[in-house]
Amino acid sequence: MSQPSTNKITTAETIAEYLPSSFQNFLIELGSMLQFFIDFFKNLFKRGFEWNAFIRQCFEVGYRSIGLISLTAFIMGLVMTLQSQPTLANFGAESWLPGMVSISIVREIGPVITSLLCAGKIASSMGAELGSMKVTEQIDAMEVSGSNPMKYLVVTRILATTLTIPLLVILSDAISFCGSWVAVNINSTMSAMLFFNKIFAAIEFKDLIPSIIKSILFGFAIGFIGCYKGYNSSKGTESVGVAANSAVVTASISIFLIDMLVVQITNLLY
Amino acid sequence: MDSAIKTGSKTLENNVTSSEYVLEIEHLKKSFDDKQVLKDINLKLKKGENLVVLGKSGHGKSVLIKCIVGLLTPDEGTLKVFNKEITNLNEDELTELRRRIGFLFQNSALYDSMSVRENLEFPLQRQDEPLSEEELTPLIEEVLEAVGLLDAIDKMPSDLSGGMRKRIGLARTLILKPEIMLYDEPTTGLDPITSNEISLLILDIQKKYNTSSIIITHDMACAKVTNDRIMVLKEGEYIAEGSYEELENSEDEFVRSFFNSTN
Ligand SMILES: Nc1ncnc2c1ncn2[C@@H]1O[C@H](COP(=O)(O)OP(=O)(O)OP(=O)(O)O)[C@@H](O)[C@H]1O
Ligand SMILES: [Mg+2]
Repeated sequence: MSQPSTNKITTAETIAEYLPSSFQNFLIELGSMLQFFIDFFKNLFKRGFEWNAFIRQCFEVGYRSIGLISLTAFIMGLVMTLQSQPTLANFGAESWLPGMVSISIVREIGPVITSLLCAGKIASSMGAELGSMKVTEQIDAMEVSGSNPMKYLVVTRILATTLTIPLLVILSDAISFCGSWVAVNINSTMSAMLFFNKIFAAIEFKDLIPSIIKSILFGFAIGFIGCYKGYNSSKGTESVGVAANSAVVTASISIFLIDMLVVQITNLLY
Repeated sequence: MDSAIKTGSKTLENNVTSSEYVLEIEHLKKSFDDKQVLKDINLKLKKGENLVVLGKSGHGKSVLIKCIVGLLTPDEGTLKVFNKEITNLNEDELTELRRRIGFLFQNSALYDSMSVRENLEFPLQRQDEPLSEEELTPLIEEVLEAVGLLDAIDKMPSDLSGGMRKRIGLARTLILKPEIMLYDEPTTGLDPITSNEISLLILDIQKKYNTSSIIITHDMACAKVTNDRIMVLKEGEYIAEGSYEELENSEDEFVRSFFNSTN
């Protein structure tokens, strides 16, 4: 980084020299993410919102994920119930089952699993798509023709995930409940009325709000990281793969980090 | 071929004032990491002139024109476009300036998720005053006709050949009526007949829209047809300048080698 031979070495430079280079790279990456974050907000409020592109992205992100999310959510609710039923039955606490299922799905499993699936599906495709646009100079071409690629490509995508992923989470929660009800009726019987009464009785307002906030943050993180990785990928074909891959990894890690933070904060507040 | 244009601009050469230059580059330097790509570039482009830049592959030609549109930031030197120093412009001013410059990418850079029509509409719809659909259609048809590909209007870029893509790329830059055109290897990878058509198209554009152009190439046939003046770069340094005939008989081995390969 700095040249040791120069006389004027600042403290910052000396410190930087002793840091391992992987940590330096991490800091550089963090800095450029921050810059991207600032650019996103600058372009968010620029005149002329790209409505068409935004709606198309919502369709791509939201509508096209419904099948995957529904199937996974159904199986998740089903399996979770089947697994915990015998244990609860041992304690004679089977009637607690719907409450337990609803709390764990709403608070934790619904948002996290849905977002992880979306990280795999959406962040990777955004990373790959923007990455290949970068490699083939399409982003440069937009820039030189005076049409703002940040606004057209990035702002629309990030907003689309921020809006649609919370909706997908709500859908996934509902379908998980259905899966759970089906599982309950495999070994014993419980009417839908009773089951869903118990489900909703267990959910409180303070469970719902953190869960929705969490989903919004997950949605933002997925769109942001997918776009960041694609938009800043280096030239060359292999970098498209790298962008897609590291988008999934980084998005998944940040989902867990955000999850941890939100849980800590809600525990403090309530 | 079109000698009228050439001699026309030659007579101007002797007494030009600085305002007649649309582009002035002085002592431009640019390096990536440790590698110095542009060492000391000086270049002036007159209004309505076609300047051909010759140079070996990897000697920094693409980097040079990317600096002109601000895709890359030079390390040192001045770079004035329309008498404005490009590195001092803010974002809005830079956007404004870029709309007056057309840039033909070396590999066309068509938006591959959009049809040809949408490719052409794209920059127009993002101007300060977006045009309506009825206003767009005649403009699109005009440029497509200029490049001779009117029937490709609803095709996707993936369905076009390399030469067609080059022409659509050209149409997409022409639709903004640029005052300066930067062509990055407009004929590379094309057969001699298509190359010649594109060269003639470049001349046509110069005449029709009175654009000033920088044409980067190592295709001597294209250079011969389009040039008003030729400049030779070697390893990021300017080494010679002159007319086709002057450079053909140059003292310098490197300069002559460009011409020898064709004859
Ligand atoms: N973004 C970049 N980062 C790092 N190095 C770069 C970058 N762009 C270009 N270079 C380097 O600059 C040098 C000149 O590249 P440039 O693309 O200008 O060559 P060129 O003269 O256009 O060649 P060609 O005729 O093959 O297109 C090359 O060695 C290339 O590796
Ligand atoms: Mg090049």
